[in-house]
Amino acid sequence: MGKSVLLIEDEPNIIEAISFILSRDGWAVSTHSNGHDAVGVVQSTQPDLVILDVMLPGKSGYDILREIRGHSDTSGLPVLMLTAKGQVKDREMAERIGASRFMTKPFSNAEVLEVVRELVTE
Amino acid sequence: MSERRSRVFLERQSYRRRRLIDTIRVLPIIGALLWAVPLLWPSGEANSVATSDAIIFIFVVWTILVVTGAILSRVLSRGSDENDELDT
Amino acid sequence: MATLNMLVAVCLVYVIFLFLIAFAAERAAIQGRGGWLRSPVVYTLSLSIYCTAWTFYGAVGYAARSGLEYLTIYIGPSLVMIGWWWVLRKLVRIGRSQRVTSIADLISSRYGKSNLLAVGVTVLAVVGTTPYIALQLQSVTVSFSVFSDAYEAGLTRDNHESNALLVAAGLALFTIVFGTRNLDVNERHHGVVMAIAVEAVVKLFALTAVGVFVVWGLAGGVSDIFTRIDTSEIGSWEMRGDRWAGLIFLSAAAFLCLPRMFQVMVVENENEGHLRMASWAFPLYLMVMSLFVVPIAVVGLDLMPAGSNPDFFVLTVPLATGNDGLAMLSFIGGFSSATSMVIVAALALSTMVSNHIVMPIWLNVTGGGAVVSGDVRNVVLLSRRISIGAVVTLGYLYYRLSGGGTALASIGLISFTGVAQFLPVLIGGVFWRGATRQGAFAGLTVGFLIWAYSLLLPSFGASMLSADLMANGPFGIGWLRPQAFFGIEGMDPLVHAILWSISLNTLAFYAASLMGFPSPLERLQGAQFVNVYEHSSTPRGWSGNLAQSEDLMIMAQRILGAREAQSLFEREARGQGMAGVLPEPSPEFLQQLERALAGSVGAATAHAMISQTAGGASVSVEDLMAVADETAQMMEHSSQLETKSEELARTARQLRQANDKLTQISEQKDAFLSQVSHELRTPMTSIRAFSEILRDSEMLTAAERGRYCSIIHDEAIRLTRLLDDLLDLSVLENGQVSLNTQTGQLADVLDQALAAALTGSGDAKLQVMRSREAEKLSLTTDLDRLSQVFINLIGNAQKYCDAEHPELKISVAHREGNVLIDFTDNGSGISKEDQAVIFEKFSRAGVQRVSGAGLGLAICREIMTRLGGSVSYLPGQGGAAFRVVMPEELAVAAQ
Repeated sequence: MGKSVLLIEDEPNIIEAISFILSRDGWAVSTHSNGHDAVGVVQSTQPDLVILDVMLPGKSGYDILREIRGHSDTSGLPVLMLTAKGQVKDREMAERIGASRFMTKPFSNAEVLEVVRELVTE
Repeated sequence: MSERRSRVFLERQSYRRRRLIDTIRVLPIIGALLWAVPLLWPSGEANSVATSDAIIFIFVVWTILVVTGAILSRVLSRGSDENDELDT
Repeated sequence: MATLNMLVAVCLVYVIFLFLIAFAAERAAIQGRGGWLRSPVVYTLSLSIYCTAWTFYGAVGYAARSGLEYLTIYIGPSLVMIGWWWVLRKLVRIGRSQRVTSIADLISSRYGKSNLLAVGVTVLAVVGTTPYIALQLQSVTVSFSVFSDAYEAGLTRDNHESNALLVAAGLALFTIVFGTRNLDVNERHHGVVMAIAVEAVVKLFALTAVGVFVVWGLAGGVSDIFTRIDTSEIGSWEMRGDRWAGLIFLSAAAFLCLPRMFQVMVVENENEGHLRMASWAFPLYLMVMSLFVVPIAVVGLDLMPAGSNPDFFVLTVPLATGNDGLAMLSFIGGFSSATSMVIVAALALSTMVSNHIVMPIWLNVTGGGAVVSGDVRNVVLLSRRISIGAVVTLGYLYYRLSGGGTALASIGLISFTGVAQFLPVLIGGVFWRGATRQGAFAGLTVGFLIWAYSLLLPSFGASMLSADLMANGPFGIGWLRPQAFFGIEGMDPLVHAILWSISLNTLAFYAASLMGFPSPLERLQGAQFVNVYEHSSTPRGWSGNLAQSEDLMIMAQRILGAREAQSLFEREARGQGMAGVLPEPSPEFLQQLERALAGSVGAATAHAMISQTAGGASVSVEDLMAVADETAQMMEHSSQLETKSEELARTARQLRQANDKLTQISEQKDAFLSQVSHELRTPMTSIRAFSEILRDSEMLTAAERGRYCSIIHDEAIRLTRLLDDLLDLSVLENGQVSLNTQTGQLADVLDQALAAALTGSGDAKLQVMRSREAEKLSLTTDLDRLSQVFINLIGNAQKYCDAEHPELKISVAHREGNVLIDFTDNGSGISKEDQAVIFEKFSRAGVQRVSGAGLGLAICREIMTRLGGSVSYLPGQGGAAFRVVMPEELAVAAQ
């Protein structure tokens, strides 16, 4: 059925890995690799799900999420946040701003897949 | 201190302790009064009190004071050791 | 004769036994095994020095003469003990919190640390106690003579006197040995206390033994003894009410005021909780002591020939009935009573004499400053020892001069009345903040004058006050007759003296207190004493900035001993958060020090010493405080608040600084850990994702497989590099790196660096431009580390230069004794905000990073700092430009 996922991430290898995993599962994956215009991309592509890294060049994932939640047409969009800073306060921050889910790198592929399926079904 | 004063009701335990200290305070006064009783005895007359009776009276008072004092101080030491300051 | 010799032998053995007990107790206390020394039982028993030979022998005589009146002497103290919550508890608390060393110290300390007052109290205490010591010596010699009379008549009076001398010398020796072994800060003497506790048991046992013998051995049991009592000459209650009440009051007052009682009750007190047991156990002791007195008196009156001295019935009754063993036990009991009294009295008085008379004089004579020279500890100990000797000698002389006759017998109550004059000043000082020094002087003076005039002097008979004066008053003024003040005749002389001396004493004390105005120090001390439960320690305002910690240290060492003083100072320095041994002379510390010193030399002397060292002799604390008093209405409060708020402000400042520092460190650590975590997790994420893909996906092409494997490989290398960098940085930052200094050509170093940085970059498209001529420089430094910096800078240019045809220009220049090596590329450079952070760890330049953890420039900066140079970003050069600066002397131009 090809639901769409927008992956906002700056590490090329991680982009490649996640793209591979999701497209093999039948998702339509588009990617974006900096923070500046990420919000615009989200609005223009209107994906079913956004996977958002926290540490992005230009603008942090938190700020992007805040803006996504701030726009009426994207406020209910499922957002999965990824971070490599494994601290509790990062998770708390993400939950406070309104991330649907929060995952710490490194993750297992199966887990990512499962969470993505779950978020879109909801 | 001001904190204490402002509290009108005390817990049962500290209330009991204060009354215990009141008892300890009043004990010497009772003792002094009892030992002042011989002042009332007639002296140097024919019907004066026999020395043996006087001895018995004075030593009984003594014993009562010692025993009461011992009991009170035992009860006092069983209670908490702080709070000794809360009076005076 | 055999028995007499045996008596001497038993006496000697007993004395040796006491020495051993005291010695063992001292040793146990020193070795810290002294738990049992500090039991409430020992404390209670030590109070029994109240029962002197006057009790042991005299009570029976007293009963034989005056019936039950003797009981007043024990009822008074019993009431004081039963009422411990009122007065004793407070005295003990004050004694402990103020490190009081004697009753004179307490009074002087309460009234503004007036040494004059302390001297007065000391003199009065000596005057009041000396006859009492004489009485003890007399009792020992007379009891000895009772034995010798029984066995061999004809011992001369000289023998008695030599006995008294021997006893006095022995007691002085004992007191010196165990009373002045060391200068205890807390002024406690375990050996002495233990010995008198043992003596307490001995005398109680001896008196009870005689009593039991009399009641069940000589009389026919309890009912028989009661019959005998009622039929004897003291068989009915014939008591003057005024004497009964007056003597109970007197003995209660004396119990609180006797220097020796104050010594055992307050000074030697180890634990306030001991009072709880003593409050009932000591009345019990007194009760048992008084229990058999009347039976012994009555049986003695029956048994002994008319005219025999009832004072020694306790000895003569067993002797007359042939019970030599019991008599000997009784003798030991009386001996115990006498010795323990003399020992403690000498100890208490010597402390007072030494602290308040000898030491101040010595300090004055030696120029006041303890800083001058010599070990004050030895001086204090010596003065204590001399004082003990003097006190005992005084007692002996009094005994000799008074002729040892019956004049001494009445001295007990006279002495009691004398020391009872301390009562208004003591109680007033402890319960009334308005009591002042003038009041204390007035009260004590009036009280003692009346006591001397109406009781002491008349007791010497016509030799002191003529019969005419007694009958008609001085200069014929009738209302000033010594025993009939204001013309009120017919009162019992003793009650008369008690009534007038105490009441006029109190009146004078009260009136003078009301009229005077206390000095600030007095008011502070008054507040501390009266409200001792509220604040067991409150600053008294030393002007600390004037003090020199080192001088204080020198002084404290002389008095407390080096170890004690050093640990006190060190503890305080630690408490103030300072390194080293010398704390800041804060008011709080000076006060603490003063208390510690007061434990050894008394409050007034300690105060004088500190004020001399701390304030200089010119400005006394009182002066300072008086100035403060004029500006502030409530002296106590303002001074306390001021000191406290100053203290608080300083503490708060220190805390804030410490907290800021900790927060900063913690934040830095947090950020660093977070970054390390990020840098480690990112490659791991790729590694894990691709290894799972390789594991789980079967349908991968060989090309995909190869590509994924090489990603894993690259990321693993990136991880390794990161760890290497981290370790390298850590070593550099901790300064653990050892530099490998070599000499070489700058050109060579650059060649090496270029080769290393550009290898593996395959299509090396970075164009490097150099000026070979300028590079002809000889360098003496760690060339490998310098090369590492160059490699990093070249690598950065290679990675980040975004020009179409990337170029790197390396130029060398000399300026102000430095060699400047610039690395400039032709890319778009680094933005202004990034320039500020690129040298920080894990900083991210705006552009997407190709590889590396962001530690390279941080490492470069550390290396250059170690090499004595620097590396910085050079703005405005077109592209990104870094400048490495090396000091010239390390870089010598070749040729």
